[in-house]
Amino acid sequence: MSKENSSGLMGWIDERLPVTIALKKHVTEYYTPKNFNFWYYFGALSLLVLIIQIVTGIFLTMNYKPDGELAFKSVEYIMRDVNFGWLIRYMHSTGASAFFVVVYLHMFRALMYGSYKKPRELLWIFGMLIYVVLMAEAFMGYLLPWGQMSYWGAQVIISLFGAIPFGIGDAVTLWLKGDYIVSDATLNRFFALHVIAVPLVLIGLVLAHILALHEVGSNNPDGIEIKANKSAAGIPKDGIPFHPYYTVKDLFGACVFFLVFFAVVFFAPEMGGYFLEHANFIPADPLKTPEHIAPVWYFTPFYAILRAVPDKLMGVMAMGAAILVLFFLPWIDRNPVRSIRYRSLAFKVLLFSFAAAFIILGYFGMQSPTPVGTFVSRLCSLIYFGFFIGLYFVSKGEKNKPLPERLS
Amino acid sequence: MKAMIKTVKSANRKCALAVLVLGVTLIASMPTPVFAAGGGFALETARIDTTNKKSLQRGAKAYVNYCMGCHSADYQRYSRMAADLGLEEEDVVNNLIFTTDKSGEISKVGSLMANNMTTDYGRKAFGVVPPNLALTARSRGEDWIYTYLKSFYRDESRGGVGVNNLVYPGAAMPHVLWEQQGWQEPVYEGEGTEKHFVEFKQVSKGTLTPAQYDGLITDITAFMSYMADPIKHTRHRIGMFVMLFLLILTVISYFLKKEYWKDVV
Repeated sequence: MSKENSSGLMGWIDERLPVTIALKKHVTEYYTPKNFNFWYYFGALSLLVLIIQIVTGIFLTMNYKPDGELAFKSVEYIMRDVNFGWLIRYMHSTGASAFFVVVYLHMFRALMYGSYKKPRELLWIFGMLIYVVLMAEAFMGYLLPWGQMSYWGAQVIISLFGAIPFGIGDAVTLWLKGDYIVSDATLNRFFALHVIAVPLVLIGLVLAHILALHEVGSNNPDGIEIKANKSAAGIPKDGIPFHPYYTVKDLFGACVFFLVFFAVVFFAPEMGGYFLEHANFIPADPLKTPEHIAPVWYFTPFYAILRAVPDKLMGVMAMGAAILVLFFLPWIDRNPVRSIRYRSLAFKVLLFSFAAAFIILGYFGMQSPTPVGTFVSRLCSLIYFGFFIGLYFVSKGEKNKPLPERLS
Repeated sequence: MKAMIKTVKSANRKCALAVLVLGVTLIASMPTPVFAAGGGFALETARIDTTNKKSLQRGAKAYVNYCMGCHSADYQRYSRMAADLGLEEEDVVNNLIFTTDKSGEISKVGSLMANNMTTDYGRKAFGVVPPNLALTARSRGEDWIYTYLKSFYRDESRGGVGVNNLVYPGAAMPHVLWEQQGWQEPVYEGEGTEKHFVEFKQVSKGTLTPAQYDGLITDITAFMSYMADPIKHTRHRIGMFVMLFLLILTVISYFLKKEYWKDVV
């Protein structure tokens, strides 16, 4: 990490800005465990999708009109009259869903391999903050096309805040909407938040997430520290420099991701109504409620938890708790062993029933409420919260398998 | 490089490629979307072909003649329609533009396919403003449009238009194509809660035979499907090249990774 090596122009810059040092620290001499598997693609892919969203977003803003009268028409203008506007718009709409796909897989990886555990608690908390901010970003972005589902979805979600008692709820919903109903005022502020405020926060958090990662080093599928085994030169024996090894590996990952991503963009941009809901091809009409209002798929697990609780306020609290509880995972899980590979059967059962419950909740959150659906949602909500309670007890004095000395 | 390629188990490689291609095909042929607004009435399948330009042209002709007086389509431009349907702009101007702009002049070929029905007039005449139909094929679906156009019947109990529709009961729209289809009435079986629709019985003849009428509304449905997503075929064509490019890039990046990772033990 010295600057003696650099000379010429690079040397001139390095004396004024630590470019070479930064590159070494974060890229060419950032030592990464050599045993990353399939699950380790999704961090880099999240960054890729973030870049897609920012770039396509900039181009969309050039022709989009944040105005209750013009918004819907301006989206159709982008789709029909702007050169390759359809491609930019479909990349952005598919990108929103793709973001959640990769982020959910990225988070599940952390659960499996215990990546949230000491010393990575702050890394996990930054990640969770990114997730929450991303949900806000996606929610506000979905209002902008100003279709029926944009409008009524926003109406339903904002009204959730109305459940807060003592008149606070009503005041909050009024403050969020800037009007008594979702209206032009709401659209304008959501646009402002979606294109500048929230992305700024998001980028800041992503930076913090990456810096925190590079401070503590990456976890791996074995969940043991590579820093515990260093060569005489102080380099982890099981570590390889991020560049070129993982840059070329992530390049391959990005290609595979793009194959799937662009297959959706070019051949199924609506994804059968999951990425672009059918009712959103009808302009927002404050006087006509659609027959069935469902949030977009990435919100539905939490929406199902909300509906599973009979009382509205309790439902909203349960939904909030479902997200909040994830922040405390580093302290709920008391087992020092990280990876699922060396943990008990009880943990495996807990984790996979949690994942299954999450997916089932997501399914029922999309459907109109039925007695069976409500029953299953309640059961899965119990499993969802049961995971954290079970984990707290199971992880204390859990019977682990012996850890390996080096990466397998 | 050659030696390296040989060491790769070709079976594995083929397998991975097959999985990719399969995945992409699966996504491309997603099951027909489920539309929430069907009203519970069994929809017929619209046998449309949006690559058939003749059918689209007939559909366009029917649309501007029978639908557009009330139903605007002002996301779409006449000139775009001309280009996509293989028509000369001049022919469109002479045969397919019946609308006028705000100043009362015949609409320009480059303008949006808007009509001059005001919101107030729409409300007064029908109780609701006739909706813009440019995107209906994406909100309701092609089968819905096709079946809707087939399911009008006379209903004296309804004031005003005096017709009803089985797909969309209580529709404010009159049966615009009654001269072509003639009149039909629904035949029911059973009583009370058991009562269900069996078929339509032709009561009076129209100017078209039932088969010809089906052809007419197939063309209209095809045109509306085109209008809802005019870029679709271009998108698919470009998409094939993008997939091909990405497949090649994936293979190259796979071997690049393999080459770099040779020395990782």
